[in-house]
Amino acid sequence: MARMIVEVMLKPEIHDPEGEAIASASRRLGFGQVVSVRQGKRFDVELAGPADEAAVTAITQLARELLSNPVIEEFTLHAG
Amino acid sequence: MTHADAVARAAATPGQPQPYAELGLTGAEYARIRQTLRRRPTGAELALYSVMWSEHCSYKSSKVHLRQLAAKTPPSAALLAGVGHNAGVVDIGQGYAATFKIESHNHPSYVEPHHGAATGVGGIVRDILAMGARPVAVLDALRFGPATAPDTARVLTGVVSGISWYGNCLGLPNIGGELDFDRCYAGNPLVNALCVGVLRHGDLQIAAASGPGNKVILFGSATGPDGVGGASVLASAAFSAAGESAKRPSVQVGDPFGEKLLVECCVELYAAGLVAGIQDLGAAGVACATTELAAAGTGGMRIRLDAVPLRDPTLGPADILMSESQERMMAVVEPAKVGRFLAVCAKWDVRAAVIGEVTDTGRLVMSWHGEVVVDIPPASAADGPVYHRPAKRGADTDALAADDPASLPRPGHGDDLRQALLALAGSPGLADTRWVTEQYDRYVRGDTVLAMPEDAGLIRVDEETGLGVAVTTDGNGRYCRLDPYLGTQLALSEAYRNVAATGARPLAVTNCLNFGSPEDPAVMWQFAEAVRGLADGCAALGVPVTGGNVSLYNQTGPAAIHPTPVIGVLGVHDDVRLRLRIRFPDGKATIVLLGRTEPEFGGSAWAHVIHGHLGGRPPQPALDAERRLAGLLAAAAAESLLAAAHDLSDGGLAIALAESCLRGGTGCRVRLPGDPFTCLFSESAARAIVAVRPGERDALAALAAAHGVPSQVLGSVGGDSLDVEDCFVIPLAELAAVHTRTLPALFG
Repeated sequence: MARMIVEVMLKPEIHDPEGEAIASASRRLGFGQVVSVRQGKRFDVELAGPADEAAVTAITQLARELLSNPVIEEFTLHAG
Repeated sequence: MTHADAVARAAATPGQPQPYAELGLTGAEYARIRQTLRRRPTGAELALYSVMWSEHCSYKSSKVHLRQLAAKTPPSAALLAGVGHNAGVVDIGQGYAATFKIESHNHPSYVEPHHGAATGVGGIVRDILAMGARPVAVLDALRFGPATAPDTARVLTGVVSGISWYGNCLGLPNIGGELDFDRCYAGNPLVNALCVGVLRHGDLQIAAASGPGNKVILFGSATGPDGVGGASVLASAAFSAAGESAKRPSVQVGDPFGEKLLVECCVELYAAGLVAGIQDLGAAGVACATTELAAAGTGGMRIRLDAVPLRDPTLGPADILMSESQERMMAVVEPAKVGRFLAVCAKWDVRAAVIGEVTDTGRLVMSWHGEVVVDIPPASAADGPVYHRPAKRGADTDALAADDPASLPRPGHGDDLRQALLALAGSPGLADTRWVTEQYDRYVRGDTVLAMPEDAGLIRVDEETGLGVAVTTDGNGRYCRLDPYLGTQLALSEAYRNVAATGARPLAVTNCLNFGSPEDPAVMWQFAEAVRGLADGCAALGVPVTGGNVSLYNQTGPAAIHPTPVIGVLGVHDDVRLRLRIRFPDGKATIVLLGRTEPEFGGSAWAHVIHGHLGGRPPQPALDAERRLAGLLAAAAAESLLAAAHDLSDGGLAIALAESCLRGGTGCRVRLPGDPFTCLFSESAARAIVAVRPGERDALAALAAAHGVPSQVLGSVGGDSLDVEDCFVIPLAELAAVHTRTLPALFG
């Protein structure tokens, strides 16, 4: 059984209030070296078969249509 | 950081080509800028003029018509601040004032429904905040394409989740609004957000930069590349059929927790008397706030754009001016109070920076790392061009009017009428909206007296006295498509009546005018007729328009939406404990129909739902009758004669009875006073049903006669079915199933 990992991040130009809140909490807790934080989502997707080309195509489509919002987010796909 | 296109350089390079057309300016507008400045504009100035002169910010096509709203409305002592301010403010008594305004976020909500709708809520809340008020409630008027179209599910679910996310996080109750569907909104949904705020008279703030030497402070979120150019490029560019694959405009992501801090921060700043002038930042961001504050005040301002806190250090002066980053405000503060101002901001974790000061030079001057990049007379940008666009009655108007619904087959006997009622009650535009409204927090803050699906939302303002404000929005694109003058008066009438049906005295009007492209003479005619209808209607009802918003270019390719003015009305309750609800009571009560019913089916829900028909004449507005009906309802509520009241509008008496039965789970038995079809489905204006408390029937009849309102006893409440004598009986369980299953089945 193969596994694929999809990581979804807001596009770099999109405002990330959650990341900003984490960055300011980091500094409040004494992690003064933290300048900025961008946060995102990671999906571990278990496959019934191998992570072949067809599976990659299918999971790419899944990432585009369900796991991410292509208007404001981008994703990367890699084997797990 | 350097290489900015400075004023000195612009003067020295008059022939440098500039992308004015890409920024949405016409050749004539560009020439006018050059003439005003007596040189070519710098890049930053071009950006500033392009956003300020966009349709969205300048109202350049609509201004000539909107003037009559102020001109025709009778002077009102209740109006503390009117059109032209961030929002109108009305006196509601006991030293309190209320402010409210409605604004569109249509295009952004189509591109990215969740964040588009969310930032629409955030934007209107800041308008209200800028008047010195604490925002206390929001309402949303929503219109989408056909309920069964696949894209409607994407847009509707995203819009509703965005509104609920932002409003719920911010802690504001969502107390009402509208939900409707029509083919014409398929590529162009309407997302109109209304906010209500409450203040003490003395807390009223103004958007003006007065007093040379006063400091200009930008506070709230840092400035990023959000919606750069959005004000002109996004709000004023119609979607083409191929628009979806074209370059997507930048999407703004809101931060409701940041907005909450901004609200509390502003309320504390006002209470401490630290603000001399204030403006929210919406479309056109810093460009708009600086020019409008300067133009309304002493007339001059000096700004250091490099002092603006940035989220993205690569932004240049033009980007900073055009950025629409959310959750920002701009204040004018006396120098001696700056320290205390900044301390309050720090307490609320709100970033604040002094970015300039007020001057008496009559010039808005902005620098970027020591170089002057903007030097303009602020009024030249704030006032903008004014167009008298050609308006011509649409070629199909007469054919549409001639296509009378009288020729449509009508339900003949009881069972047909029964089926028609059930079909209407389950149609997406009339079905139970709980699937939407239950996603909204309707009772946070603890002052919500009435919320959807009541006729109007009602918020308590004072715990001791029971003072409260009722607010609602209404619009009907079908009526307006048939006749924009009458249709707009009908929307106004319905909103006025809805507020009155809670027992409130209607006080003031706001409006969101959603139309197609003003460059189409037929659309411009619709717009002109709608505004004329609204102005005449407000004059007849004696309620002033306190502000509003115009949204043009709502179309997909050459097809414009139905003209859809959405009208908000605010009313006052001296004591919310006397409010009226739509639910029939458990005990005994007599159902009385108020108003006169004529056979009026043009644009009706019956013609639309049963026959997919739109034609004929809309119902005749009856403004004098509306006024008398409202007076009667307020008087009857004050004397506690009534146990329920519900206005009649879409779907007529049939839908009103169904809703009043279902709301409380109590049935009724009625006898229709005339032709059953007309009685049930006509949409004649100026009507309501009331449930009269036992023993008060004669008192109500006398009061109705005194107000000149026709009244007829229809029957009584009770039982567990909607029983129309000699026609049909519908068990409430069956009615409820039909009414409630529609939206969950569609959107799950």
